[in-house]
Amino acid sequence: MTLLICVFAAVICTAKWYTSRDKGLCLAPLCFMYWGASIMWLVDAIFEYAELHADYFTPAPADMLNDAFLGFSVIALGLIIWIIILLIRDPRGTVQAALSKKSK
Amino acid sequence: MACFLISAGEALVVTAVAKGIQHHEEKTEEELRKTSDKEIKANPYPWSRRLMLLAYLLWGGVVLLAFEHVWHGEVVPWFPFLTAMYDPGDAAEMLHEMATVGVSMACLITAVWGIIMGVVSSILKRPEKAPLAEAA
Repeated sequence: MTLLICVFAAVICTAKWYTSRDKGLCLAPLCFMYWGASIMWLVDAIFEYAELHADYFTPAPADMLNDAFLGFSVIALGLIIWIIILLIRDPRGTVQAALSKKSK
Repeated sequence: MACFLISAGEALVVTAVAKGIQHHEEKTEEELRKTSDKEIKANPYPWSRRLMLLAYLLWGGVVLLAFEHVWHGEVVPWFPFLTAMYDPGDAAEMLHEMATVGVSMACLITAVWGIIMGVVSSILKRPEKAPLAEAA
């Protein structure tokens, strides 16, 4: 479930990066984060499948809920890291403009 | 248990190598500009940038997987940081997982990066496309 949620997030972010590359949203770090984690969880899933076989696809509802909760938490963490990167890089100069406006 | 540590190690090495190559590339370009009268055409996708892409993939995965390990109580913020280290049996299992799952993760990410680089090289060889609005 965590892998699935992360893959969806990676695909959506990559599509958004493709359509709004020039808008200065700094989406590349977010794409790298989600794709990197998706690849790593895919390997985890392959090893788990090799151990559990068909049982891998029928997890207990409690495990599924916990994995989904983890997946959404991971997405939230990725978004927090991305917003920090965006504000620090400040490609549109919005933060700088806001700060200089206040200091006047 | 601590499979992400292998990728973290690779990420450290790749970042250091990319920074070293970037320094070398900048130095070479500067020397070329000084010695040659002709206009030097910069490489659109130098090796330092290519390696940084691999580093970003690795670091991104490492950060999110580290969070997952904290979630599952396998990584703690106090010494020895990995709960598997308390028991020799668990430590052996952890090392086995690092050698199998961890190495596979690092290898797959590197392989995916290799494929991306192949695609990037072929895209760079294509003639440049006009923006959609102009083409229409």
